[in-house]
Amino acid sequence: MTTRTTLTLVLMDAPYENARTTTALRLLDIAARRGYNVNVFAYEGAVYVPFAKQAPHPNAVHGRDVTEEDHPNPKDWVAAIMAEAERQGGKIDWVQCGLCVDERGAAESIAGTRRGSPADLVKFAEASDNTLVIPTK
Amino acid sequence: MAEYLLIESRDPSETTEVGYFYELATGLAQAGNRVTLFLVQNGVFPARPSVQSHALGRVAVSGVQVLADEFALRERGIAADRLLAGVRPASLEVAVDRLAAGCKAVWH
Repeated sequence: MTTRTTLTLVLMDAPYENARTTTALRLLDIAARRGYNVNVFAYEGAVYVPFAKQAPHPNAVHGRDVTEEDHPNPKDWVAAIMAEAERQGGKIDWVQCGLCVDERGAAESIAGTRRGSPADLVKFAEASDNTLVIPTK
Repeated sequence: MAEYLLIESRDPSETTEVGYFYELATGLAQAGNRVTLFLVQNGVFPARPSVQSHALGRVAVSGVQVLADEFALRERGIAADRLLAGVRPASLEVAVDRLAAGCKAVWH
């Protein structure tokens, strides 16, 4: 019996601000496509990455309506990665730091995420083949 | 011997910390470890030969494997066939390979 690879990623950046979010989601996507289990501990601004109320918008400056603008929202990418992980037999266990959520009023996150604490990060690290922390500056 | 994956996301013109990260990579390699320095985001800029490339060039001849994210190179219009000697373009898949293999991973 083979054991499924488990990775933990620790995210700190808020969405729409830095390429770190994009790179983190690319890493997550690759792992999901491989069928790995991936734990994500999102803290500080990163709790807004799967925020459910993100909405696409038009761009009046460029004269594009909401469909033409096709504004990407990271909550949709996270949901797609979770779906891909499930298709491949893996799982994304996404924990939102509860204190960070409360500070920011970010409780409404997409399905598949859950509230937790730094204690979850310790459990994740102990149960993983590897952990990568992606900090802000 | 340990294996390290050092991920550099910043351009040396942004912060002098990048130089310290390069020194960390070189030092770990000289201590007998297997080290991969994976450049992502603006970290790929010195892979294009320029005045900012000398420090990275020294890393590349110190026993450190230096890889540059193909996606980040394309985003910045840096031709993958005109990189600094010793720097190779690579898919981000390689970073995931290293993580899955249990390399000690540090992001900067």
